[in-house]
Amino acid sequence: MIQTLLLLASRSAWSRKASLLLLLLSVITSTCLLLGIDLARQSAKASFSNAVAGTDLIVGAQTSPVSLLLYSVFRIGQATQNVPYSEFERLENDPRVKHALPIALGDSYRGFAVVGTKTAYFEQFQYGARQTLQFAEGQSFENYQVGKPAGVLFQAVLGAEVAKRLKHQLGDRIALSHGMQIQQTGPSHADKPFTVVGILKPTGTPVDQSVHISLAGMEAIHVDWAAGVPMPGADIPAEYVTKFNLQPKSVTAVLLALNNRAGVFRMQRELENRPNVALSAILPGVALSSLWKTVGLVEQVLLFVAALVALVSALGLVSVMLVALGQRRREMAVLRSVGAGPRTVFALLCLESALVMFVGVALGIVLLVLAGSAFAPWVQAQFGLQLVAVHELKTGLAAVAAFAAFGSLLGVVPAVQAYRSQLQDGLNPRLN
Amino acid sequence: MTKPVLQCHNLAFKYAGSGFELQVPGFSMQAGETVFLEGDSGSGKSTLLNLMAGVLLPQAGHVSLMGQNLNDLSASRCDALRVDHVGFLFQQFNLLTYLSVLDNVTLPCKFSKRRRQQALQQCDTVAQAAVNLLNALGMADYLRQPVGTLSVGQQQRVAAARALIGKPDLVIADEPTSALDARHQARFVELLVNQAAQQNTAVLLVSHDPRLAAHCQRREQMSQWQVGVRA
Repeated sequence: MIQTLLLLASRSAWSRKASLLLLLLSVITSTCLLLGIDLARQSAKASFSNAVAGTDLIVGAQTSPVSLLLYSVFRIGQATQNVPYSEFERLENDPRVKHALPIALGDSYRGFAVVGTKTAYFEQFQYGARQTLQFAEGQSFENYQVGKPAGVLFQAVLGAEVAKRLKHQLGDRIALSHGMQIQQTGPSHADKPFTVVGILKPTGTPVDQSVHISLAGMEAIHVDWAAGVPMPGADIPAEYVTKFNLQPKSVTAVLLALNNRAGVFRMQRELENRPNVALSAILPGVALSSLWKTVGLVEQVLLFVAALVALVSALGLVSVMLVALGQRRREMAVLRSVGAGPRTVFALLCLESALVMFVGVALGIVLLVLAGSAFAPWVQAQFGLQLVAVHELKTGLAAVAAFAAFGSLLGVVPAVQAYRSQLQDGLNPRLN
Repeated sequence: MTKPVLQCHNLAFKYAGSGFELQVPGFSMQAGETVFLEGDSGSGKSTLLNLMAGVLLPQAGHVSLMGQNLNDLSASRCDALRVDHVGFLFQQFNLLTYLSVLDNVTLPCKFSKRRRQQALQQCDTVAQAAVNLLNALGMADYLRQPVGTLSVGQQQRVAAARALIGKPDLVIADEPTSALDARHQARFVELLVNQAAQQNTAVLLVSHDPRLAAHCQRREQMSQWQVGVRA
């Protein structure tokens, strides 16, 4: 009996394959949309929260927590003011501090941020699940000390993405630009090119999109600059910069790790109440979640739109089934006359909508998994996002399951309609 | 005397708001009997057939199928009784276009255990029973054809085979020849009645065409049961 039902349902569906295929497509699309939005959301969330780890406080010039987080960790936006270098040194020498990593921003290389820092950054910076940076090739730039040759100043370590996208290898010479410009139109530091000495392994964080140089190197390319432009007539060739004081004057932000994390609030209060300097100190986790709340609104709107699309496609399924019902009255009457009860016909119709929904949703999931794995490298390259696995999309999968259940439930509507008209039609409907 | 296959007793039926009423004081069919029921369109034929099939319930009296009062049966029991004992044949659109000729013919055996068992008494498989019937009805060459490619006359023969498979006690044929041209009408009814006689199946042939009465043993008029005028 069940076999007969399935046979009839599948044969009947096959005879109307064109319209059912369209329905199936709309279910697949809705599924992909629901899951895809959740995929983007979860991936973004994961990579946001992976961007920094093992840092208890981020210190910058006085600003809002979110903007400090954005420019210090994500290289988005610019700092309006800096932290005096003396403050950094004070922090570095504070006995409560495990490590203090300076970050100096402002220059760029073909759209990628240039980060001035110290060699300790490559050993102590942490991301994701407390991983540290690894070199794919080469090693860190050298710490500059007075007396060393000028070449030591002009060494750069590239993030994985920078090297990959611009096809750089060890030994390549690169010219940095002043400011965050994508095209080489503004003032340039071409007179003092850097040599690539190291390339980092991919991390899936903004580190991949950064060019790392020493603080002294950053100071060196600006010795003949003032107020953001090259000083007219003061071209100082690279080999002579060592004659100048290359002690940095300021940094953009400091990533702090404390020996005792319990002291973090006290430290934060202390930093924000420093006399003579206006500083902000933020807890990355707190700032991340408030950032996520801002972004979360957009994400919720997207999810809402996806839910609407799913609703429309479920309603479309029902309306197409209802329209088809008129044409299928003969089929129903024939089935009744050969002995199928009204309940059998009812089951047949419910089975069909459920089949379309579940097959559509299953295909949608498969499609998204395939597309996810096919596009993952591209997304990684283009947006620096590491896609999470589809089975981790709890919300998305729940939404899709609800969608399948809802659509199947709506499929009862045409079945009820058919059940009622059958009782009126009897065995031989008068058509025409 | 054996019990009648079909019996109407003091049957009365009226659609709500209609001045037209059907009253059948007594009508019965014996096993293997062929009855011609003559009536024009609008004479209440379809209503009567729906009453006989238990799809409609009468306001008074009752219909018995194989001695069972249809009024006493639940809808699903009635459905089951109907498919076990009655084959149906309509004017047109009898077949499921997405099944082959053979699959259409074997359908009642899928829904009725009794019909399947009776088919298996005659043949080794249900399909073989269907093939035999199709042979007898001159449709041997079309077994695997999609139904949509058959002519109307051929489709009616397939439908006849389906109504007859598994030796039902009764075949109700509602205007089975109206879609056929005159030349084929007589031939079709002859085939149907002969095949039914061979397996002792009673036939109730309903038509507006009095010429078909010649093939049946008995003749009844719809007009004798009509009360009032249809609006």
